[in-house]
Amino acid sequence: MSGLRAFRLMVWAAIVVLGMFVIVSTQRSGRSPTVETSSGTAKVGGPFSLVSHTGERVDNQSLAGRPYLVFFGFTYCPDICPTTLFELTDLMTELGPVADGFEVLFITVDPQRDTQEALASYMTSFDSRILALRGTAAETDAALKAFSAYAKKVPLEAGEYTMDHTAGVFLMKSDGSFGGMMDMHEPRETRLEKLRRIARDQVTGS
Amino acid sequence: MSSGFKLTVKLICILAAMLLSTSAFAHQFSQGDIKIGHPWSRVTPSAAPVAGAYLTVTNSGSQPDRLTGGSTPIADRIEVHQMTMDDGTARMRPLPDGVEIAAGAAVELAPGGIHLMLIKPNQQLIEGSSFKATLEFARAGTVEIEFVVQRNPTVETGSGNEHGGHTP
Ligand SMILES: [Cu+2]
Repeated sequence: MSGLRAFRLMVWAAIVVLGMFVIVSTQRSGRSPTVETSSGTAKVGGPFSLVSHTGERVDNQSLAGRPYLVFFGFTYCPDICPTTLFELTDLMTELGPVADGFEVLFITVDPQRDTQEALASYMTSFDSRILALRGTAAETDAALKAFSAYAKKVPLEAGEYTMDHTAGVFLMKSDGSFGGMMDMHEPRETRLEKLRRIARDQVTGS
Repeated sequence: MSSGFKLTVKLICILAAMLLSTSAFAHQFSQGDIKIGHPWSRVTPSAAPVAGAYLTVTNSGSQPDRLTGGSTPIADRIEVHQMTMDDGTARMRPLPDGVEIAAGAAVELAPGGIHLMLIKPNQQLIEGSSFKATLEFARAGTVEIEFVVQRNPTVETGSGNEHGGHTP
C-alpha cells in the first residue's frame, strides 16, 4: 500500500519535472521571433557613406548586391559593443567560409574619439572580415537615419561624455532591404540560423 | 501554478549557482561583513579605452553599506556604472553615489546592468590573466581583491538575462 503510494508520488514528480521542461523549452523558443518585428520595418535601408578602419570608402552603393550586417557602437562602451563584436567573431568563426557571404559593419556613433587609427587598433581583436566605419558628424547622422537608428551624446562630469545608442544588429538583404534584427540575447542557434539565411541571400543564388 | 513554477526554476538556478560557486574557478575576498564573490573582468580589444568588471557583493552585517568605486594599478580609476536597455537603446550612466548593499543582502554586478568600469586601462586585458584592485566601501572601507579576466560570464544564461541583476 505505502509502496504503491511512493511509486505514484514518484510518477507525479516525474510528470511535474517533464512538464516544467516542456514549459521552459517552449517559452525559450517562442520568445525570439518577436524581436524581428519590434524594431519596426519602418524605413531601414537608405543612403550612407563612411570610411572603413582600413581607409576605404564604404557606402550603400558599394554594398549593392551583397547582404550585410550593421550595428552601431563606440569604443568607449565597455559592455555591449565589445561583447557584440566578440560574439560576432565567434559566430563567424563557427560559420567559417559561409560568413564570407555577408559583410559585417560596425559603425561608430562617436567619430570624435573613435579615429581611424583608434578603430584600426581596436579591430585587430576581432574577425578580420568585420569592418569598423566612421564618418564626419553629418555622415554619421546620415548613416543613423538610413537605419532609423538612434544615437545621442550625453555629457558627463569633467567634460567627458558617453553615447546612448541603438544596440541591435540589423540584417540587410542583398537588394538593400531590411531583413530583420539579430539580438545577442537570442539563443546561439537562432543567431547562427539568421546568419546562414542572410548568407544564402545572394543575388545569383536566390 | 506559475508562482510554484517560478519558485522551482529559482531553486534550480540557486542549486546551479551553488554548484558553480564551489568549482575551483570561483574565488572570493572578504573584509569585515563584506564578501566579494568571483570578481571578473571582460577581455578587452586592443587599445580599448575602458573595460567592464563584474562581481557579487554580500553584506552580512546589520547596517547597509555602499560600494562607491575603487582603484587598480592597471587603470586610471574604477567607477560604478549602470547600463540600461530601453526599447533597443543602450544607455550607460555613472552612479556617483555607488551602489547600496542593504544589510543582509547581496548585489550582483553583471553584464547589462550595474557594473564596474575601468577607465583608461594601461594594458590590454588578456583571457586567463588577473589583476589586483582595491574596492572602496562607505562603511567597510577598502577591500583588496583580484579580478580574473574572462571572455564570457562563468554562468552562461543562454537565451535570457532573467537571472542577471537581481537586487534585493
Ligand atoms: Cu560603464
